[in-house]
Amino acid sequence: MYEDILKKYSPEKENLISILHDIQNSDPQNYVSEEAVQEVSEYLNVPLSHIHGVLTFYTMYSTKPRGKNIIRLCESPPCFLKGSENILKKLCEILNVEVGETTEDGIFTLELCACLGVCGNAPAMMINEDVYGNLTEKKVEQIIIDIKGRA
Amino acid sequence: MKSKSHIADTHKYNFNYENRVVLKNSGIIDPENIEEYIGVGGYKAWEKVLTQMKPMEVVEEVKVSGLLGRGGAAFPAGLKWSFTAPLKAEQKYIVINADEGEPGTFKDRLIMEGDPHKLLEGTMIAAYAVGASKSYIYIRGEYTLCISRLKKAIVQANEYGILGENIFDSGFNHEIEIKIGAGAYVCGEETALIESMEGNRGTPRSKPPFPGVEGAWHKPTVVNNVETIANVSAIINNGADWYKTLGVEGCYGTKVYTIMGDVELPGLCEAEMGTSLRTIINKYGGGMKNGKQFKAALVGGAAGVFLSNEMLDVKMDFNTLKEYEAVLGSGAILVMNEDVDIVEMLWSVIRFFRHESCGKCNPCSNGTTVLYNLIDKIRKGKGKEADLDELIRISEAMFLTSFCALGQSPLMPIKSAINNFKEDFLTKIK
Amino acid sequence: MKTLDELRKIREKSQQKITLGESNNRVKIVVGMGTSGIALGAREVMKAIIEEVAIRNLTDVIVTQTGEKGLSSMEPVVDVIEDGKPTITYGNITPEKARKIIAEHIVNGKIVNDFIVTMLN
Repeated sequence: MYEDILKKYSPEKENLISILHDIQNSDPQNYVSEEAVQEVSEYLNVPLSHIHGVLTFYTMYSTKPRGKNIIRLCESPPCFLKGSENILKKLCEILNVEVGETTEDGIFTLELCACLGVCGNAPAMMINEDVYGNLTEKKVEQIIIDIKGRA
Repeated sequence: MKSKSHIADTHKYNFNYENRVVLKNSGIIDPENIEEYIGVGGYKAWEKVLTQMKPMEVVEEVKVSGLLGRGGAAFPAGLKWSFTAPLKAEQKYIVINADEGEPGTFKDRLIMEGDPHKLLEGTMIAAYAVGASKSYIYIRGEYTLCISRLKKAIVQANEYGILGENIFDSGFNHEIEIKIGAGAYVCGEETALIESMEGNRGTPRSKPPFPGVEGAWHKPTVVNNVETIANVSAIINNGADWYKTLGVEGCYGTKVYTIMGDVELPGLCEAEMGTSLRTIINKYGGGMKNGKQFKAALVGGAAGVFLSNEMLDVKMDFNTLKEYEAVLGSGAILVMNEDVDIVEMLWSVIRFFRHESCGKCNPCSNGTTVLYNLIDKIRKGKGKEADLDELIRISEAMFLTSFCALGQSPLMPIKSAINNFKEDFLTKIK
Repeated sequence: MKTLDELRKIREKSQQKITLGESNNRVKIVVGMGTSGIALGAREVMKAIIEEVAIRNLTDVIVTQTGEKGLSSMEPVVDVIEDGKPTITYGNITPEKARKIIAEHIVNGKIVNDFIVTMLN
């Protein structure tokens, strides 16, 4: 099922992190399934336990299905100083979820993350691969509406 | 709008391209076009080392320049190279630490996005100097634009024969590969980074052996920060003596600072080592936002120090700040105005460490949770004065017993916040 | 694969390209396409500029990209480079402002003072 991804990499453990990224990005629910773990384990000849260890160590991976769009709001000190807590409240309110949860329609999952390196435009967040900066409550509302419109 | 036209009228915004070494081309050239980099003198230093210099001469030049590592620890780069260069090994590696995760730091991102070939050129020179035929650039997974620009740059460098086999008939071969992280602050620690590169959980290894002797796949490995390496081509082109005209005694060159928080013009500047905090805030950060009073600056990221206004005129370089029990770290400067509660900021810093502790050693994984519970209690008005001593006592114990720099880091911000801004804590306690 | 001589020739040639030199281009418009710029709309600005240049059939204008200068608070940033004139850096540019810059600065030679961040010789 994942052979298109796997064949891009030589079967060596050093490619595990990139392979997991590719698998997760290719999944409509943005996660790495148990079947995928099995297949990667066989391909790389690496124990399942090792892959689970890696998957749960890094914050970018999920072992549970998530929404189509992953919102990752920065909670590090520079964004915190610039009011990321208010942005978080607003996001929870308009999406009707808590941190770590997925919206009922499956369009968004809300997560927190560490510094994204766009601190000159704090508060900031990433949705999938796109970065948004200088966030205000009004601005995040519009961003969510725009993405919903495209969904 | 008012402040913007004000800037245009008075040229208040200081571009400071005249001082730039590592970010000279960023924001000027097209980072996806190798010919623009070549056009501004790119790969001249690479040509020079391949055609005119022996590897040990390159090591010596960098050593004489006094270039210090820019990742935070300020270890002399030339000295690091000199440990690995003479070793006989079937394989050596250069690893570029581009896992920029220190909160408030985005200098390496600008180098990689704006001038990826400069990083490649420095990497190749380092590789030639120590005799490495392969380099890895380990980039955090969140930096998607850096990843794509560097991948393009590597393809172009190979097409032009700047990388590859028998480069310009010199007999030297080199290959550069990108490795991607997946969200873990601890991977900025060089041995954790190597673990991650090898496809493992990013937990640190014990040192010694140091990576220079036994690093990636147990082979001698030089790990350098992006900003450090971005200085190398300028040193080779202009010489170590030129480099030493910049900065201050013992701490030469420039430093890239990221300025953010309550300043008028958050962003980034590159200034000579030894520039004062006041100059950086006023000249490059546009001064305090909305005319508010300066209260504090968190310098060096989460693993940094809370500095009060008494430190505004102290020279910012690795050595001077050390005298004041402070650090320059990554060069991140988070400015806070009179309205900011330092207890809240310290809470945010400790929350960060609690989240990022990797779980390998007890002092750090338990310690960060205990620290968080204490600061959270104080924040909620339920703390006692003795809790402040406890915060320092525990972070000191962590400093002495933690496995890597992560567990040693909370001491600096905790001690400086409590010592320099005690009032803020006492208000919450009483 | 290039030789060192070819590399040196590219160096000479590209140096001219950056200062416009003997090429037929009169103006170079450079959009800052770093993460901060893109986060604040640089892609839309780039699109508007390319569209406007095409609509007006400005054959002596080239449009390229660059990274970040470090002016986070001024993103998106657009440079206008002309031979023998100071480089103008405009800041906080939107697609509408970009169209105005084309109409006033590029076509009519009138610098749009309201959007200027700085000028560099």
